[in-house]
Amino acid sequence: MQDRKTIKVAAKSIFKVFGDTPDAALRLLRDGQTKEEIFETTGNTIGVQDASFDVGEGQIFVVMGLSGSGKSTLVRMINGLIAPTSGQMLIDGTDVANCSDKVLRDVRRSKIAMVFQHFALFPHMTVADNVAYGLKIKGLGAAERRKKAEEALGQVSLAAYADSYPDELSGGMQQRVGLARGLASDAEILLMDEPFSALDPLIRRDMQEELLELQRSLKKTIIFITHDLNEALILGDRIAIMKDGRFVQVGTAEEIVDQPADDYVAAFTADIDRSRVFTAGSVAVPAEALDIRTDTAETAIARMEALGRDALHVTEGDAILGVVAYRDLSASLREGADDAVLKDSMVTDFPKVGRTTQLFELYALAESGLPIAVTDRKGKLMGVVAPQDVFAKLATPVAA
Amino acid sequence: MFSPSDILTIPLADWVNTLVRDWLVPNFRPFFRSLQWPITQVLNALDGFLNAVPMLLFTAVLAFVAWRTAGRGVAIFTVIALAFIDMIGLWPETMTTLSMVVTAVLFCTVIGVPIGILAAGSDRFQAVLRPVLDIMQTIPSFVYLVPIVMLFGVGMVPGIIATIIFALPPIVRLTNLGIRNVREDLVEAAQSFGSTRWQMLRDVQFPLALRTIMAGLNQTLMLALSMVVITALIGAGGLGLTVFTGLGRLDVGGATAGGIGIVLLAIILDRITQSLGEPQRMKKTSLRATFANLFSGGRATRPTEA
Repeated sequence: MQDRKTIKVAAKSIFKVFGDTPDAALRLLRDGQTKEEIFETTGNTIGVQDASFDVGEGQIFVVMGLSGSGKSTLVRMINGLIAPTSGQMLIDGTDVANCSDKVLRDVRRSKIAMVFQHFALFPHMTVADNVAYGLKIKGLGAAERRKKAEEALGQVSLAAYADSYPDELSGGMQQRVGLARGLASDAEILLMDEPFSALDPLIRRDMQEELLELQRSLKKTIIFITHDLNEALILGDRIAIMKDGRFVQVGTAEEIVDQPADDYVAAFTADIDRSRVFTAGSVAVPAEALDIRTDTAETAIARMEALGRDALHVTEGDAILGVVAYRDLSASLREGADDAVLKDSMVTDFPKVGRTTQLFELYALAESGLPIAVTDRKGKLMGVVAPQDVFAKLATPVAA
Repeated sequence: MFSPSDILTIPLADWVNTLVRDWLVPNFRPFFRSLQWPITQVLNALDGFLNAVPMLLFTAVLAFVAWRTAGRGVAIFTVIALAFIDMIGLWPETMTTLSMVVTAVLFCTVIGVPIGILAAGSDRFQAVLRPVLDIMQTIPSFVYLVPIVMLFGVGMVPGIIATIIFALPPIVRLTNLGIRNVREDLVEAAQSFGSTRWQMLRDVQFPLALRTIMAGLNQTLMLALSMVVITALIGAGGLGLTVFTGLGRLDVGGATAGGIGIVLLAIILDRITQSLGEPQRMKKTSLRATFANLFSGGRATRPTEA
């Protein structure tokens, strides 16, 4: 997946030490001492140790960690608000960890925008002026700024509030302004430092959905910081779990929930809603189908017995016609119809979903007792989900 | 009884005398004199202007300013106070004092705000600056009146220089404080969009610190007013001189009149500058809207005060 996309942000072995003698601390760290030992002997705090990651164009990369895990420090090193002690931070190939102030400013103006936890809107400016701040810094004229600000506000459906002041808006609205400010500058990379943490849970849900909605059309490269694993799982194409300044695990939502790297990650994933992480694709077994033109009731029964399945889909070419159940077939055979054809016992009203459909949406479909067809966009049968597998996946205990 | 002076006495007074009289004055007098030039220009222009403006016109303008910034009550007070000053026969003295104070505050602002901004940007500079400001605030002003007279002579301008020394610290301190207190994430936000230091100062730090800076200006102004009588000792005129003369002649009435003049002036200026520091947005009703309200006979639309 990664290789085909352009890498927008690449961190190469980033370290950050807070304190007076960072080099000494770094040496001790390389010698294998722990964060606590180094703090005791040198008084330096290790903020981030050996963080490396790539973020491809259009991806949402979520960094999840508790407070003090170094996630906010990490995101600030991407746009140079904090300078790393060692390592490289490549933004479109430009190393912002080791460059002049001017280059850094240019990168900030043209490539990266940031959204803050407590919104960080300028209280003395109108909403429109806030949104257009990055454009003003770049030197755009007033009329153009206004136009772009209104466009960006339109994207977060706040166009009507252009001339209000931030303190006249609710928290959720303020953060939408913060988001609009990030969008207005046309930067391809968006850094979001716990943008929804200060919001009420309901509004947080809305904002997450709104972000995903926007992302579908904007295709920004987003680096999203959160302390909420659920949020990470909902938003992230890839997720990094951070602890004590280092990455514990980097992977997709499914990988993290299915194969937690250690007890720390496992403890997090223990009480998350698995039905919203896993998709139909993850529980589907390879498709086995009967062909309406060649298979008969007898061959169908034989196939089912061989495969150990209760039902099979019936196809004609790429099209799925329906599903036949073992029970129905054997019943019709018993009734003595020697020439029982598949068609007679075929159910044409069968459940059908896409690969990325989340498991919680399969609950209702699983109730029918029939296998759920997993199809590609053209409707071709890709795999089959047995009803019992849906619930089996949810019940998979956390690896102890 | 033994005391350290038995071993060593330090002729500090002699040293200072030598330093000031024999070195500073002969070598640097022209330099210090030249420092007076801008102050003299501003003071003369202001004094000439204020004394030329008719009393009624000045009262009307100041009352209008007071109304726009501090509200109706202060405006009414301004009219009554200025009329009273005129009636007790101290109008010219009041204008002279006002021009002195305004000149001193103007130079305090021009000097103090940039110093405060620099101090906010550098911890090291702040560390150096702090004891200097402490000394300026604690040293009794009589102590530096003597060298000021020796270096600058007597008159209005040396009085203003003494006033500047005394009144400068608050505006420096509060500019520094105001800029340092701008929320960290707002500074980060400005940085993250690629602001230069100057853009950040102009668009974010200064506007957000303005309230605190105005509080500093107010303090500076009050300190400047409190120097009015002291500067009369070295030849400055105005209300201070009235009080000082009263003191010399045991003329309690004259001193009281001068004192009341200073107090009234102080109250007016204090109220106006204090309200300048309040958030501007709620006062952003245009003048036209205000007049419209006035003539429609009601206070129907007052902007919501957040």
